[in-house]
Amino acid sequence: MLEKALAGGRRYWAWIAGLAAVACAGAWCYALQLQTGLGMTGLSRDVTWGLYIAQFTFFVGVAASAVMVVLPYYLHDYKVFGRVTILGEFLAITSVVMCGLFIFVDMGQPSRVLNVLRYPTPWSMMFWDMVALGGYLILNVVITRVSLEAERNDTAPPRWIRPVIVLSIPWAISIHTVTAFLYNGLPGRSFWLTAILAPRFLASAFAAGPALLILLCLAARRWWSLRIADEAIRKIALIVAYAMAVHVFFVLLEVFTVFYSQVPEHVDHFRYLYAGLDGHTALVPWMWTSACLAVVALVLLIVPSTRTSEPTLAGACVAVFVSLWIDKGLGLVVGGFVPSPLGAVTDYVPTWPEMMITAGVWALGAIMVTGFFKVTAEVRAGER
Amino acid sequence: MSATRRCFLRMAGSAAAAAATGAALGCASPAAATRRWAMAIDVRKCLELDGCRACIDACHQAHNVPAIPDRAHEVKWIWKEPFERTFAIEDPDTVTAALRGREVLVFCNHCDNPPCVRVCPTQATWKRDDGVVAIDEHRCIGCRYCVAACPYGSRSFNFVDPRPFLVHTTSEYPTRTRGVVEKCNLCEERLAKGQPPACVRACPGGAMLFGDLRDPDSEIRKTLAARYSIRRKPELGTRPQVYYVI
Amino acid sequence: MRNRILILAGLALCLAALTWPVWRALASAPAPAPSLARPVGATRCVAPVGFMRTSHMTLLAEWRDRVVRDGVRTYTDADGRVVTMSLSGTCLRACHADKTKFCDRCHDYAGVKPTCWGCHVVPTATGAIVSGPAAPSRSSRPGAAL
Repeated sequence: MLEKALAGGRRYWAWIAGLAAVACAGAWCYALQLQTGLGMTGLSRDVTWGLYIAQFTFFVGVAASAVMVVLPYYLHDYKVFGRVTILGEFLAITSVVMCGLFIFVDMGQPSRVLNVLRYPTPWSMMFWDMVALGGYLILNVVITRVSLEAERNDTAPPRWIRPVIVLSIPWAISIHTVTAFLYNGLPGRSFWLTAILAPRFLASAFAAGPALLILLCLAARRWWSLRIADEAIRKIALIVAYAMAVHVFFVLLEVFTVFYSQVPEHVDHFRYLYAGLDGHTALVPWMWTSACLAVVALVLLIVPSTRTSEPTLAGACVAVFVSLWIDKGLGLVVGGFVPSPLGAVTDYVPTWPEMMITAGVWALGAIMVTGFFKVTAEVRAGER
Repeated sequence: MSATRRCFLRMAGSAAAAAATGAALGCASPAAATRRWAMAIDVRKCLELDGCRACIDACHQAHNVPAIPDRAHEVKWIWKEPFERTFAIEDPDTVTAALRGREVLVFCNHCDNPPCVRVCPTQATWKRDDGVVAIDEHRCIGCRYCVAACPYGSRSFNFVDPRPFLVHTTSEYPTRTRGVVEKCNLCEERLAKGQPPACVRACPGGAMLFGDLRDPDSEIRKTLAARYSIRRKPELGTRPQVYYVI
Repeated sequence: MRNRILILAGLALCLAALTWPVWRALASAPAPAPSLARPVGATRCVAPVGFMRTSHMTLLAEWRDRVVRDGVRTYTDADGRVVTMSLSGTCLRACHADKTKFCDRCHDYAGVKPTCWGCHVVPTATGAIVSGPAAPSRSSRPGAAL
């Protein structure tokens, strides 16, 4: 089945080659990091997690968001999503693989990473995160494989796959919930110590993931004439609109609780992110960019005419994706570390090699998603 | 100071007895299973020795703790922090003049309910029966989850190879490799020999009191009963075992 | 199968490249066995020489776990001798004083690179080991505020 990804024209291969070059550059930087240690990154004693773990968190969300197309189709028999569920699942597979890579490049002792399996520790959330993500990956690999096979042979998928797919729905919710638990069970980190973190993670995931899916569908429709109904895209756009509204609402709930209660330990993190603390303002422009993009996206998504017209919808999706990438892929992780437990305010600025490694993982993800969409397009082209 | 010594003579005696019973099993059993080590710092006595670094130097030399100049990559087991920061005091002007702007010792609290232990995905850090929160540097994968979980900033990660930054190297204790987390081990290697922690022994003013909280007659229990003491962030439920006698 | 020759040739080439070190080792003359410095004074190791030669790393890993994880520091060997379980403190200091002429020679011969020495410090022959707390350094000014 996967060999169908090899049937591409010159432009297809140029795109793959470009991504491969970025991935190789990332691998080279990682080799550098293996030699010099994580001291090569912008991380510090006070901000010990940065870009890598933040990307991990963000892509767990993208992975979980497949449920937004799977659930309506399988639980509510919403036929319009029939042709996009598999794309959502492919996006999930890609995201989980990227998550694994982001965790791996963040390890101080990567050669010992299997210790997590040698000494399984049920009271550690990291252990459960590994179980959840590993299981989700297997589920989606099986599901996509079986569904696409059936589609190619023009037969109905075997009956046993349905319970597997239904199982993948709560499983998707679980991966992002456990990822939120990674953060919000820590007594000394007030920024994360909030029960709304898991719902907030899910809301932002269900906005960012489907927004990316829309963009990918629009691209695949244009370049590979992959047939995706307008109605499907419009429905996903509606999902993005609701999820984004819920996300903004959750953030505002947080803002109220923090600023009305005025508990300094809670206020300080928000002040650092949105106003700066002790003259440190590294993240302030980013956070306001995120906030403004969120507003723009919400307006574009709520007004029916801009939500349904393709160019404005694409713009809204880009805005959603970038806004949430900043919010979760930058602010959420770094904001939790500043100020430190001892009140130190330390800015975190990723270094070039660190960004290159991150870009490398992104490029690898892009190659995977290109391949998967290509396979789907080829299978469907064969049908006609 | 002499009180700490007396306490240790008693401990050494029981350690020998335990070793004798354990010998039949082919190895000596750990002597400290029924103890609960804790530390009390007499803040005023400590402040009398203005600028003193005896405990810090003793600890960092005994454990091959590197002196890394870059603050971002710093590794430290015991150090000083302003009183107001240590105890998260919002309005420093109201602090008694004796403590305002002064620095107190901070190190791992060897919590009774340590969040770092809870989060570690490989059990590379765990709480021993005697209360010491230990790290197995052979098992640590360097995920730094424990660093995020510690509410006291007690843990350091080896961002760079520490060896070039060692001032003296002792072969009595290993160095660390790049990519693992480390912190104060309450001198468990010295406790095993019946010796008090290096910092306690090095303190010229007798400001650091070390002992067994389960022993009602121990010097530390008597001191904590007689004088007012505070702990760092007790509201978090971590039950720190380093007491600051004010 | 299209391109059968190409595929088979590629597979053969790949296999040859992967097994290359084996063929090279088989073809070249065996390296002379390393001459190891025997410990001065000590006559017996904690286990038979044959066992130590093949399995000392297992014993050391066991020692490591006993000391670090169980807090047990002494080991009683088959002859009833009690030794402290310590790579730097017992193995190197009591018997194998010159690591380069014992550990390293054999490890080089076997082509292994143990990571032990990344942390465990080799005691210096001259005995110039800094241990224990240094003299307390304190400034002359006692706290005036109290």
